[in-house]
Amino acid sequence: MKKLINDPDDVVDEMLDGMVAAYPDQVRRLADTNVLVREDAPVDGKVGIVSGGGSGHEPTHAGYLGDGMLDGAAAGEVFTSPTADELEELVAAADGGEGVLMVIKNYEGDVMNFETAGEMVEMEGTDVAQVVVDDDVAVEDSLYTSGRRGVCGTILVHKAAGAKAAEGADLEEVQRVAQKVIDNVGTMGMALTSCITPEKGEATFDLPEDEIELGIGIHGEPGVERTDVMEADEITEELTESVLDDLDLDGGREVMTIVNGMGGTPLMELFVVNRKLQEILGDHGLETWDAWVGDYMTSLDMDGCSITVCAVDEELKELLGASADTPALTVK
Amino acid sequence: MSEAGEAAVDAVEAVAERIEAERSHLTELDSAIGDADHGGNMARGWAAAAEAVAELDDPDPATVVKTTGKTLLSEVGGASGPLYGGSLVFASPELSDGLTAESAVAFAETYLEKVQDRGDARVGDKTMVDALTPAVHTFKKSIETDDVEPIEALSKAVAAAERGVDFTVPIRASKGRASYLGWRSVGHQDPGATSTLYIMEALLDVATEHVEVPDELPDHADSPTIPDAEADDD
Repeated sequence: MKKLINDPDDVVDEMLDGMVAAYPDQVRRLADTNVLVREDAPVDGKVGIVSGGGSGHEPTHAGYLGDGMLDGAAAGEVFTSPTADELEELVAAADGGEGVLMVIKNYEGDVMNFETAGEMVEMEGTDVAQVVVDDDVAVEDSLYTSGRRGVCGTILVHKAAGAKAAEGADLEEVQRVAQKVIDNVGTMGMALTSCITPEKGEATFDLPEDEIELGIGIHGEPGVERTDVMEADEITEELTESVLDDLDLDGGREVMTIVNGMGGTPLMELFVVNRKLQEILGDHGLETWDAWVGDYMTSLDMDGCSITVCAVDEELKELLGASADTPALTVK
Repeated sequence: MSEAGEAAVDAVEAVAERIEAERSHLTELDSAIGDADHGGNMARGWAAAAEAVAELDDPDPATVVKTTGKTLLSEVGGASGPLYGGSLVFASPELSDGLTAESAVAFAETYLEKVQDRGDARVGDKTMVDALTPAVHTFKKSIETDDVEPIEALSKAVAAAERGVDFTVPIRASKGRASYLGWRSVGHQDPGATSTLYIMEALLDVATEHVEVPDELPDHADSPTIPDAEADDD
C-alpha cells in the first residue's frame, strides 16, 4: 500500500515536529518527549486540561491545544497509549497552580498509564482529577477495553472542560462539567474500509467491496455488525437510532451533533449524512442547537464516519458555544 | 555500595536475565490469550532497567526499585508498564529506611495493593494477582506469624506463587485482554502470573546468594522452577 511516510518508526515524531512548524504561535513540544503543550503553558491561575492517547486520530489530540480547550496533549505510538512517564511530564507541564484535569478515553492502557502518571504528579503536590470518556454506544466490551470505548464525544468533553477552566472555575467544577458531557453524549461509527497502520502497511481487517462494518471503534477493531453496503440515508438511520436509543431523550430536548469523518471520507459525503441526521432528529422531536461536520477524531485513513449526539442544557450550551482558538477548532 | 543496594542491583539484573530466558515462552503464553507481546515488552523493559540501575551511584534499595519502576513505565508501556513499573515506583518508599524483613513485608503488601487497584483485579480474575496475592500473604504470614527466616519466607512465597500460576490455567479470565475471549481463555496459563513467578524466582536466587543460608531449607528453594517453564527454557 502506498503511504506518504518515511520510516514507519518515525511517523509520530515527524508528525509532531510538523505540527509545531505549522502552529508555532499556538503549540510547542516538550524536549525529548511526544508531548505538545499550548505555547504559553502552564497558564497561571487556571485549571490545566490535558488529554492524550495513541496517534492516528488527528487532529485529536494536539489539534485542540489552545485557548478554551486543552493545555497539553500526549501522543503515543500509532493506536498505542502514551507511557506514564510522558504523561507525568504532560500533567506537570499543564499545572498552573490550580490543578489538572486528565481527560482519558476508555482504553485499558490509556486509563492505567494516565492514573499512574496522575498519582506520581500528585505525590509532588499537584491536584489531579480525571474523567474517563466512554461515549461509544456500539459495544460494551471491545478488543481494547472493558466497558464502552471513548471516541468522538471526547472532543465535546475537551470543549466544555476547557471553557469552564477558562472561566476560572476550580478543578472540581471543571471535572463536574466534563462528566456532565460524558453523561449526556453518545456516539456510533461505521466503516466502508479498514484503516491501514504505517507499521503494518495493509488493511487491519478485511472488508469486502460490497460490505460495511457498523459499530467500529477508532483503531480498526471490529464492529458489532457487518452488513451489505447501504445508501447514506440508511446508514445514517442505523447509527442515529442506535445513539438515540442509548441516550433515551425526551422530545423537545436540545442536542448538538457531530458528523465525524474517520479520515478517508470526503466532506461531501459527511454533509450528506448530516442532512439525514438532522431530519431524523426532527422526526424524534429533538431540536438541534449546533451541528459540527468534519474530521475531529479519525482512524488514520479509514473511510467511514461516526455520529455523535449530545443532549445540552443552558450550562452546556454556554460552555460548548464559548470561544475557543485552537489549530483544529475555532469557536467565536 | 551497601550490601543491600548491591543485592538490589543484582536482583534487577537476575530478573532481566530470567525474563530474557523466558521471553519466547511468555510470548507463546500471551499469543494464546492476549496479543503476543508480553515476552518482548518485558524483556526489553527489564534489560533497560538493569542498565539503568547499573549506572546508579551507590544506590540504596529504594532507589534501585524506584529506578527500575520508572524504567519499566517508559519502556514496557501498555498496561504492563503501569502494573509492573508503576507499582514498583509507588511501593519503593517502603524500603527507604533499608531492607529488612519488616520493610520487605510492607513493600510486598503495597506492591500487591497497587497492582490490584491499578488493574482493578482480584484473585480469580486470571491475572498476575493470582500469583502475587498468595505469595504476598504467605510471605507476610511466614515473617510475622511463623517467625521463619526471611529467605525461607521468600521460598515459601515463591511456592505459593507457583500454585497461583497453576490456578490460572482452569479458570476463565475476567480482567485484561484475555477476558475478551471469555470461556475460550479456560485451559491457558496466564502470562502475567507467569512472569510474576519468574520475577520472584529470580529474587529468591539472588537472595540466596546474598543471605546467609540457614541449615534447614525446604527442597524447593534449590530449584525454584515450574515444570513447563523448564521445558521451554531455551
